[in-house]
Amino acid sequence: MTEQFNNVKGRIFDIQKFSVHDGPGIRTIVFLKGCYLRCRWCCNPESQEYSIQKMIRAGKEETVGRDVTVGEVMEEIIKDFPYYRRSGGGVTLSGGEALAQPEFATAILSACKEQGINTAIETTAFTDYSVIEEILPVCDLFLLDIKHTNSDKHKEFTTQSNELILDNAKRLAKDAKELVIRVPVIPTFNDTCEEILSIAQFAKSLENVKELHLLPYHRLGFDKYVGLNREYKMGDLPSPAKEHMELLKKTAEQTGLEVIIGG
Amino acid sequence: MNTKKYTVTDIPKTERITKLIDNLYAKMPVIEADRGVLITESYKATEGEPIILRRAKAFMHICKNLPITIRDFELIVGSNTKNPRGCQVFPEYSFEWLESEFDTVATRNADPFYISDETKASLHEVYKYWKGKTTSELATSYMSKETLKAIEHNIFTPGNYFYNGIGHVTVDYAKVLEKGLDGIIEEAKDALSKLSFEDPTYIKRTQFLNAVILSCEAAEIYAARYAKLALDMAAKETDKKRHDELIVIASNCARVPKLGASSFYEACQSFWFIQMLLQTESSGHSISPGRFDQYMYPYFKKDLDAGKITREAAQELMDCIWVKLNDLNKVRDAASAEGFAGYSLFQNLIAGGQTKEGLDATNDLSFMCIQATMHVLLPQPSFSVRVWNGTPHEFMIKAAELTRTGVGLPAYYNDEVIIPSLLSRGLTIEDARDYNIIGCVEPQKSGKTDGWHDAAFFNMCRPLELVFSDGYDDGEFIGVHTGDVTQMKTFEEFYDAYKAQNNYMLKLLVNADNAIDVAHGELCPLPFQSCMVEDCIGRGKSLQEGGAIYNFTGPQGFGVANMADSLYAVKTLVFDRKTVTMRDLKDALEHNFGEDIPDSIAQAKTQKEIKKLAQSGKVITESLILETFKKIKTCGMQPFQRTKYRKIREMIDEIPKFGNDIPEIDAFARDVAYTYTRPLETFKNPRGGMYQAGLYPVSANVPLGAQTGATPDGRLAYTPVADGVSPSAGKDTHGPTSSANSVSKLDHGIASNGTLFNMKFHPSALEGRSGLESFVALIRAYFDQKGSHMQFNVVSRETLRDAQAHPEKYKSLVVRVAGYSALFTSLSKSLQDDIINRTEQSRF
Repeated sequence: MTEQFNNVKGRIFDIQKFSVHDGPGIRTIVFLKGCYLRCRWCCNPESQEYSIQKMIRAGKEETVGRDVTVGEVMEEIIKDFPYYRRSGGGVTLSGGEALAQPEFATAILSACKEQGINTAIETTAFTDYSVIEEILPVCDLFLLDIKHTNSDKHKEFTTQSNELILDNAKRLAKDAKELVIRVPVIPTFNDTCEEILSIAQFAKSLENVKELHLLPYHRLGFDKYVGLNREYKMGDLPSPAKEHMELLKKTAEQTGLEVIIGG
Repeated sequence: MNTKKYTVTDIPKTERITKLIDNLYAKMPVIEADRGVLITESYKATEGEPIILRRAKAFMHICKNLPITIRDFELIVGSNTKNPRGCQVFPEYSFEWLESEFDTVATRNADPFYISDETKASLHEVYKYWKGKTTSELATSYMSKETLKAIEHNIFTPGNYFYNGIGHVTVDYAKVLEKGLDGIIEEAKDALSKLSFEDPTYIKRTQFLNAVILSCEAAEIYAARYAKLALDMAAKETDKKRHDELIVIASNCARVPKLGASSFYEACQSFWFIQMLLQTESSGHSISPGRFDQYMYPYFKKDLDAGKITREAAQELMDCIWVKLNDLNKVRDAASAEGFAGYSLFQNLIAGGQTKEGLDATNDLSFMCIQATMHVLLPQPSFSVRVWNGTPHEFMIKAAELTRTGVGLPAYYNDEVIIPSLLSRGLTIEDARDYNIIGCVEPQKSGKTDGWHDAAFFNMCRPLELVFSDGYDDGEFIGVHTGDVTQMKTFEEFYDAYKAQNNYMLKLLVNADNAIDVAHGELCPLPFQSCMVEDCIGRGKSLQEGGAIYNFTGPQGFGVANMADSLYAVKTLVFDRKTVTMRDLKDALEHNFGEDIPDSIAQAKTQKEIKKLAQSGKVITESLILETFKKIKTCGMQPFQRTKYRKIREMIDEIPKFGNDIPEIDAFARDVAYTYTRPLETFKNPRGGMYQAGLYPVSANVPLGAQTGATPDGRLAYTPVADGVSPSAGKDTHGPTSSANSVSKLDHGIASNGTLFNMKFHPSALEGRSGLESFVALIRAYFDQKGSHMQFNVVSRETLRDAQAHPEKYKSLVVRVAGYSALFTSLSKSLQDDIINRTEQSRF
């Protein structure tokens, strides 16, 4: 079994150890390259293009993206096994959009399950549902972004409309072992009480969904835009104030969901 | 029904504890002359008598006459100085350094002390007597000339026991609590009565046992003086509450440590008298209370069940002890003060772990020990916790909450590594399970061991320098000939040369330690300390002469990470890839990779050089000095050379480094550590025990780094060497799990004198319950992989920088230095910088 997964190839741009915000316990995040959306606030702009790119970081040119086999990724993942075991952690696929490389993503998570490692995926769900169905059996947790309930605004800020996402969310809610809805809270886009409440109500309407995460916008990606020689469309918008996040949390809690600020 | 064997609830801190701490830190510590004067008087009066009896008589003289004081608000009494945090001196070990530092000790960088002119005058008088009579002078005379040369060239430093008492012991407190010193006197008398007249050891045994009896009586007299003082003070006390407290204090001191303790309060007072008197008899530090939660528990439980004490009252008594542990102090020579910075006495107290039978030992007091440390937030005791697979999760969480305060405590120890490690050194399974930690990180069995745990610091980088110089240092031949490094054909040849230089230096280190060991046995045997360690009474000899059941000598190696990275760089660049020639690497090292050397170092070297020139008859002018300084500072480099050497350093930087979970380099580091740990196991000490390696630096990685040239890992000359088994500062860039995984690849079991792994966290990393959970999981997972010890600094870089700039605002900021915590502002600037620069892990 393992061999068959190990030889599958894919493109990643980072593997990050010791993350505690993207799923339970201590986790390793594998960042897959390429995304269908172009969110203006994206803090990993180097994740969007599938092609391997050059980026200037701290004055030095770096190559972003490399082609690896699942075997190579597993070699890194397995190193932190003792931490997963002690913390109930595991592996989270992120991106870009991990499901844009469906065979690779499924193979990594399958190999993880063979090793008894908890699996999660952070996704936009902007893909054909058949792709999601493939990965369902080997994914313990879906962290699904719902950015806006208004399709026009969604399209304006992410370049894609939201129908497919909302549709998939409904089906995923029935099929996934566990589904958590996450909302990047972006000033000027979705940070009013009405908008957050609307997303929360949608989340509440989904079967089996109990948790909603509000992720406050931050500017940490700014340098990367400069490094990629790209315009940073968010300008100098500040992060939402702590008090405002608390207010949004209270608003979303009206639906009866458990709401967490941050992951 | 409550099935737990302990209570986890928080107990609040009382006002008294705050006041005690405020009083303790109100002034700069003071050097006092009383002990120095008293021991000299006694020695003068006992000339020609057997040394062990002279020691006992001196202790008696001190106990009878040392000024005593009960400080405001104290519940636990007994201070060996009039001033809070003052220190006495111990001229029998060494004195010349202090006399020569009289005028600088108050203004020096690390651990300053105030000394009055009157004290200076008294001590000056005293010191006349000690010339030629100290352990350090005797030890020096016993060392080979090769050894002395190696010490002079800073290959290793045995400074600790060379200048001071040995300390580094945990006595059998439980025995004193149970039987009292009267019980020990009884034991000694019994042994005396059983001696056979024809026994060839009759004479020595008789002397020793009589010395034991005298020493115990001395301690009893000392306590009785406190009983009287408390009564006298009570008579004058107008505050009713304090009056009643003093009456109880008087009653305690009248009973203990003479008799067995009949209550928890008496047990606390008895413990304290023993703890402070051990540090009055000798200057040895790391007198470690050990498993306080175990031996105090029966007294607590009995009083609690009988309704004689509340948890709150018991907590306050423990807090009082915690404060008192900071009242004791010690002045060290300026160089040692840098190596043990932070006024630390390394009184290691440990909670949790297993019982002798291998069951979980966590009890109420284990939690209350954590609570006490949270209440006082002071460097002492060096508080530790034992962790095993059966350690309750909530105990770990409570310990993590303490870590989160940023006090640098507790240190975490792994039973699953340490117990087998001690078994391999000949301890019984019961003794191994009952281990505690001495000083920084050194495991041993209490009441049975003379571990000589801090025998020397060995700088693992220095033998590598000798490979490049074929055994020469500063123009003098001090090592062995290993040939011209530029002619070496294979990496194996190079590595063998390193081992040859290293093995030779290890033999000299053993020579130094054994000389010091013999000197202590001959001049400073300690009857009081010895009577509480098995089997001194049975064998009729002191600890210093081999009276303990388990005897070890444990010198510390440090710089594992530098050596691993260095050897790996040489292998990769010079031999595998052949991109740098050995000649160029040698030049680059000699020229500090194209960088200037620090001003302070250049100034010192200039002074030395100018002195040499003057001696050779050269006329010294201002411009000659300036020219010499400039040449030394720049290593006489031309710009084109700088470029070339910097390029080499860049190439080195590109090579993988230890600390990033890269299997190849980690396996290499494991092997490099063996070059230190394995040869040491083959050596014996004069007390009939073996050598065992430790891999930890206290804080010596900074001052000893300042004596080390550039190394092939890209480390610049005179900068700190890596601390303990931690990766080189700033070289572990892949997060805490990767760093811990690399460190766990070393063989911690063979370094049975302890290993030390420092990690630094930003406070945000431990936020909330989930932060604590992840933190605990990190420790558990490191320990699953057979790491032995872990400690943490939880404080932001910004805070530390601010504390550097405004020390007055951060008087009580405690940070983890090495195997201990210290007041940040008491550390030297360079050590502060080292702590700030350790990689900060914040990706929680």
